[in-house]
Amino acid sequence: MSQTTIYSAKKIITMNPNQPEVTHVAVRDGRILGAGSLSDLEPWGAYTLDDRFADKVLMPGFIEGHAHTMEGTLWRNVYVGWFDRMDPDGNIWQGVKSIDAIVARLIEAEAKLADPNTPLSAWSLDPIYMDNRRVTRHDLDRVSTDRPIGALHASGHILNVNSKGLELAGLLRTGINHPGIPLGADGLPTGELFGPDAMTPVGPHVGFERSLTDCDERGLRDYGKLCVRAGVTTCTDLAAQLTDDSVAMMLRVTGEESFPACIVPLKAFLGTTAKDIVDYMLALKPKSTERLRLGRIKAIADGSIQGFSARMRWPGYHNGAPNGLWYTAPDQMSDLYHRALEAGVQVHTHTNGDQATQMALDMLEPALRAHPSPDHRFTLQHCQLADAAQFRKMAKLGMCVNLFANHHFYWGDEHYRLTVGPERATRMNACRTALASGVPMSIHSDAPVTPLGPLFTAWAAVNRITASGRVQGEGEKIAVADALHAITLGAAYTLHMDAEVGSIEVGKRADFAVLDTDPTACDQSDLKDISVWGTVQGGRIFAATDL
Amino acid sequence: MMQNRPSVPVTTIGGYLGSGKTTLVNHILRNANGRKLAVLVNEFGDLPIDEDLIESQDETLISIAGGCICCSFGNDLIGALRDMLGGSTVPDQILIETSGVAIPSAIVATVALLTGLHSDASLVVVDAETVRTAARDDYIGDTITRQLSDADIVVVNKGDLVSDTAKQELADWLSDVAPGSVILPTEFGRVAPDAIFGCVAEPSHGLTAHHSDALFESITLHPDPIEDVPNYVHRLITKNRGIVRAKGYVYDMMDQCWLIQVVGQRSNVTRSDQAKQNGLVCIGLRGRCDFSGLRS
Repeated sequence: MSQTTIYSAKKIITMNPNQPEVTHVAVRDGRILGAGSLSDLEPWGAYTLDDRFADKVLMPGFIEGHAHTMEGTLWRNVYVGWFDRMDPDGNIWQGVKSIDAIVARLIEAEAKLADPNTPLSAWSLDPIYMDNRRVTRHDLDRVSTDRPIGALHASGHILNVNSKGLELAGLLRTGINHPGIPLGADGLPTGELFGPDAMTPVGPHVGFERSLTDCDERGLRDYGKLCVRAGVTTCTDLAAQLTDDSVAMMLRVTGEESFPACIVPLKAFLGTTAKDIVDYMLALKPKSTERLRLGRIKAIADGSIQGFSARMRWPGYHNGAPNGLWYTAPDQMSDLYHRALEAGVQVHTHTNGDQATQMALDMLEPALRAHPSPDHRFTLQHCQLADAAQFRKMAKLGMCVNLFANHHFYWGDEHYRLTVGPERATRMNACRTALASGVPMSIHSDAPVTPLGPLFTAWAAVNRITASGRVQGEGEKIAVADALHAITLGAAYTLHMDAEVGSIEVGKRADFAVLDTDPTACDQSDLKDISVWGTVQGGRIFAATDL
Repeated sequence: MMQNRPSVPVTTIGGYLGSGKTTLVNHILRNANGRKLAVLVNEFGDLPIDEDLIESQDETLISIAGGCICCSFGNDLIGALRDMLGGSTVPDQILIETSGVAIPSAIVATVALLTGLHSDASLVVVDAETVRTAARDDYIGDTITRQLSDADIVVVNKGDLVSDTAKQELADWLSDVAPGSVILPTEFGRVAPDAIFGCVAEPSHGLTAHHSDALFESITLHPDPIEDVPNYVHRLITKNRGIVRAKGYVYDMMDQCWLIQVVGQRSNVTRSDQAKQNGLVCIGLRGRCDFSGLRS
């Protein structure tokens, strides 16, 4: 006989407009039997009243629509980011504010390594905040000249290594001529490696393996802990390689009774034909489980704005940099859209520059005429520079968007000053225009690029404050209620999962974010500081303190 | 191990979708003449290799008659190159068929970072009929001109589809957008592998004798000891004698053997550790090569 548990809470924010706030929720078999008052729920029969959340606020479990589980693996390296950040075990790593502080932290970590050949790897370096001071191999040589050392930047697109790392890769020599490898006055590489082409030959020597985009087994378990700490119960992995081995591993780990989240990995459309990836997704989809949802594709149109590899429409980059790179040719994108629509496989497309967004729109429209698909919900991911006309077009085409609200805080100042200039920086991640245009919208962290934390993401979209403290884009601010919708039902919608998660109502999975304070009652500038007690996922209770 | 092996030359074959890269690769494989070639492609499309050439095939590797192979590298070119160098049989020449939007010069620069490899030539294939239209496209126009701007060799494919006037206009246009390159007009991807490859075969291999199609011709020079080898090569390529490729060994007055590799207007001249047979193979377009000038 199934057990029914009724939880009482200080407040339950349901995201169900028929009863936005209630006091009790009944859970049976991992699903929501009902939400309402205790007397509303009692007729369901025998129950256990559980008042452990009596002083908590429950929300639907948060849904992160664009993150990478590789963050779980990255935490095994030394954190050298500018901002304070919490690791899977709940320790707060203080942000490091100078090169000297980075070196000191690495020296401390180096002393703990017994084997002299083990590389020392660090991550989340971001010298942008240190007056853009260049970090060189000489800085890292202060830690060790014998041990290979590598520090991955927060963007994931730059790697700093020491002399030993260069030496092991055969690159501590003169005569190197590569756009991603700057040389010092001595003719030797400075130790900065820009872009995957330059990073990949050195990465394995400093502890960063080939498939940096995928987490490993321990990394996935650690990532689950990060989800609990952020109130996340459903999280995308965008994009994974999804080899036979990695699918088997993900099925195994997410199937463990202690795994606290539903993971939705999308396979990257890179290095494969459209036909093959669509066929593969059709074959993978039936392997989906309650906590691993397979069968979606992530296409990548262009690169990144701060890396000047995003594709821009006229007038291009503010500093005159040449236009960026296509990662997928328009014809290939068209082929993918046609085949995916025909097969009913969903595609999320990474676009950063406004030309990349336009390309995706231009390729989708004829594909939709050929394969009318009333509920395709193809989603543009990042889509940072879209203008109002593009949002109107997305709405007409039935597309969704997932905007990079966190990016605005972390790199908004750079975009204003350098990459796209004030006007376009102000409209970046235009949440309000998206909603006003009727485009179903979510907002995201792109963890590990920025920390997983939907309440922070909501704060970023509501306040639009940059790292320097400026409000950038007053007109694109959204209301708290809209931001909370974006991190719950909004994200669920982009994944065709809004019927099962995203709100607290009868029949849905019992997924809750358990909060210490009420995000609808606090000052909107405090949204990011709301502490998360933990989660309930599929009726299973996960307290952050018990992880 | 790896260090004792001679460095493997790598040719990149770029060009937008539909330009004829795959046809060209098949032609080269068909005319490998005993060379062990390894072709790296992003992915196996519908027909990456003509069926009659395939000996066996699995998900990522196609074995081809004559000891050649074709591998799909997905998204990890460098990993695939590293695997290839670490394997038991190292190919004589590697061809990388790049994606339609890749910038070949970026791949060339990256190949140069790997020990055991050197970049041989960047070759870009264009469709004679459509390339100029494509180069005006809002989305891909600048990608196409960027691909061409650094090419060593531009293979103008599908020449059978355009008029002589259009060919001339195309040649003029290419001299603007691909100023440093040699232009090779062809049909159905028929380019002599010798014109594309920089791997130096001993003249005794019969390399000089015949070509797979009538577009190319070659001679082998046996120069007397040369006073200034770099200067000799410089004169060889700057006198507009129509050389597409030159490769081989010559000797200077001090009896030092030199290795010469020329592709278009780019040359690589190095002292050779070993004493090789004197002989410099020069390959050019039939009827456009000043062979008598070369001999003198």
